[in-house]
Amino acid sequence: MKQKIAIMEGSHAVAEAVKYCRPQVIAAYPITPQTHIVEALAEMVANCELDCEYITVESEFSALSACLGASAAGSRTYSATTSQGLALMFEVCFNVAGMRLPIVMTIANRALGAPLSIWNDQQDSISLRDSGWMQVYAEDNQEATDLHYLAYRVSENHKVLLPSFVCFDGFILSHTYEPVEMLSQEQVDSYLPAFKPFQRLDAADPISFGMYATPDYYLEFRYETDQAMKRAGKVFGEAGREFGELFGRDYSAPVEGYHLDDADTALVAMGSICGTVKDAIDEMRAAGEKVGLLKIRCFRPFPSEEVRKALSGVSRVAVLDKNISLGAKGAVALEVKDALYGSQIPVLDYIIGLGGRDVRKKDIATVVSLARAGKGDLFYGLRTELI
Amino acid sequence: METECELFDCGHRACGGCGAALASRLILKAAGPETIIASATGCMEVFSTPYPETAWKVPWIHSLFENNSAVASGIEASLKRQGRKEKVIAIGGDGSTFDIGVLCLSGAFERGHDFTYVCYDNEAYMNTGIQRSGATPYDASTTTSPAGKCSMGNPRPKKDLPAILAAHGAPYVATASIAYPMDVVKKIEKAINTPGPCYVQLHAPCCTGWGFEGEKTIAIGKLAIETGLWVNYEMEDGVVTRVKKVVRKPVEEYLQEQKRFRHLFKPKRNDAEIAKIQAMADRNAAKYGIDIKLKEPKESKG
Amino acid sequence: MPLNVGCSARPGKARANRTGSWRVFKPRFLSEKCTKCGMCRTVCPEGCVSEDEGGMFLADYEYCKGCGLCAEECPAEGILMELEEK
Repeated sequence: MKQKIAIMEGSHAVAEAVKYCRPQVIAAYPITPQTHIVEALAEMVANCELDCEYITVESEFSALSACLGASAAGSRTYSATTSQGLALMFEVCFNVAGMRLPIVMTIANRALGAPLSIWNDQQDSISLRDSGWMQVYAEDNQEATDLHYLAYRVSENHKVLLPSFVCFDGFILSHTYEPVEMLSQEQVDSYLPAFKPFQRLDAADPISFGMYATPDYYLEFRYETDQAMKRAGKVFGEAGREFGELFGRDYSAPVEGYHLDDADTALVAMGSICGTVKDAIDEMRAAGEKVGLLKIRCFRPFPSEEVRKALSGVSRVAVLDKNISLGAKGAVALEVKDALYGSQIPVLDYIIGLGGRDVRKKDIATVVSLARAGKGDLFYGLRTELI
Repeated sequence: METECELFDCGHRACGGCGAALASRLILKAAGPETIIASATGCMEVFSTPYPETAWKVPWIHSLFENNSAVASGIEASLKRQGRKEKVIAIGGDGSTFDIGVLCLSGAFERGHDFTYVCYDNEAYMNTGIQRSGATPYDASTTTSPAGKCSMGNPRPKKDLPAILAAHGAPYVATASIAYPMDVVKKIEKAINTPGPCYVQLHAPCCTGWGFEGEKTIAIGKLAIETGLWVNYEMEDGVVTRVKKVVRKPVEEYLQEQKRFRHLFKPKRNDAEIAKIQAMADRNAAKYGIDIKLKEPKESKG
Repeated sequence: MPLNVGCSARPGKARANRTGSWRVFKPRFLSEKCTKCGMCRTVCPEGCVSEDEGGMFLADYEYCKGCGLCAEECPAEGILMELEEK
């Protein structure tokens, strides 16, 4: 079926995708660089293009809390945030996952203060990796758009019932115009059915939600939520495959290799940086270098098995981390190391692009040379005159 | 003999004589089964829902300590979208309502959601062991405002939260006390049936936290009102329309019954502090007009 | 028994907790004094006082914590709190 292609700002493409998901309650609070999403949705509501309750809450904490209440009452809900806003939602995030409510939020990834920064890195969503939210990272605005349909499908599946972050890099994707093939409302309806809550607040069948658990019960509740996360990977695969069959773009794999089969050096990355890496690889391959990319699309649940298999043939791995666990290493590198435990493949960590520092093709090439020379576990591109 | 308990079931773990437990029963008596409750963390939530024992027979949700108003906002929006008719009530203690939950409370009232907020006010963070809140009265001893050699207890007067919410444009704001249970039921019914965000602040004396015997919960609640330290009133569209009038008693009749004010009497009676508290009661009396004016005895002739 | 998703529960289980075991004092309801005003039922924090077929009020001793509010508030002084023999 021919799909509409439009040149759209990332935020607007996401807003349109959200519209087609038919959310019943949206909680909105402004924060750069996601504000364009909630503004676009507000305009749709004001012009009767989107039929939903739109709550202008008084903080991000309240945004997610309102979504929690609406989801528990039986509605499909949506919000978007980033950085400081997501940090403010920290408490509610754990609550939502523990209560197994399938809320979907767009995260327009942005650095966390202090120091205050409005520019991109992935510290915000990564810092909530323990929370029980699924996390997917988009390479471009097409993927950002499509992943929203998938997120609702997977989250609302009764075998999963976990909330999702759909992450796309702030400014780099959110404010960039790219060609996007938009699905139609009918197409999305055929893929994403109406929300059927597993249980809900209903006077006809009263339930108490969010009781407290003594030490006799708490461990098992956490185990159950972890099991749901493990099932989510499989459900995501099935949903991604079906998406591919219907619409021609396959999202069945949590990771994607690019020139990985005969690579001796593998770069590992998440998000928009993958686009830059692919271009850099094309140039390096033309010059005879055997470099490849393992793009990670799904960070939670972490696809350890797929990562291990994909990287099993390389001589070295260079991880590009747009985040850092201060005092330790980048989050992706730590997960990759864990996945490769037992193999002799060196994993080198490059903290790169923090706070919106631009990453260019030549930086990727430099990282590859550093990796070849065995120089890693460093902050890439440090301005030495400042330190 | 087996009782058919009402919408709040027996077997909950509140202290014997608990004002908040009585409040739960009265709220549900007023609300009925077509109600959804969003509860804050606190005594009422903890004594009523240790997994898997729940005392609530209506749909009920607990999220966090400070967000029940935001959760209620979301529920209300969802019900509106689904065309459902259940009433939404957010319930929180004074710690949640006056302090940590003020952000969400203010936002929900400002946006005008159709819901009722009931604060059961036991005048401290009781669930965590009696710490001072914005609702703790002047000179009350709590574990974070203890009376001691250089302290008279809580140094601040009670925050006037009903006035704050009336200022948000709430169509109906009321104070009530479990000492007058039918008045509680009436006011909560009125709040539930008034469209828009309504607030009922319910005085719920706490035997464990204030230091008196559980059987005196209602008697203490009556003394609070009779001394003018708690005023039962209703505000409609920001204007006080009804006030409970009393023949006023001196404040010490209320204070001396509670261990949290014992330091005002032992080892030595502190006249200056008691006078300050009396002045607060007098100000309440003047502000709300609570004094019943007794007729002057007629002069005898002849 | 398997856990309920998201730490939720249907009504009814609270009754498994027989709070009558907490009691030190037990209320004795004096039928000859009862005016059937229902105040005891109204003020009970447990909600365990109810009316029998004859219109007399009585506590459910499985749940009565012996707090004494009913005795204190009975306008007819028709309820006595007595130390319970165990």
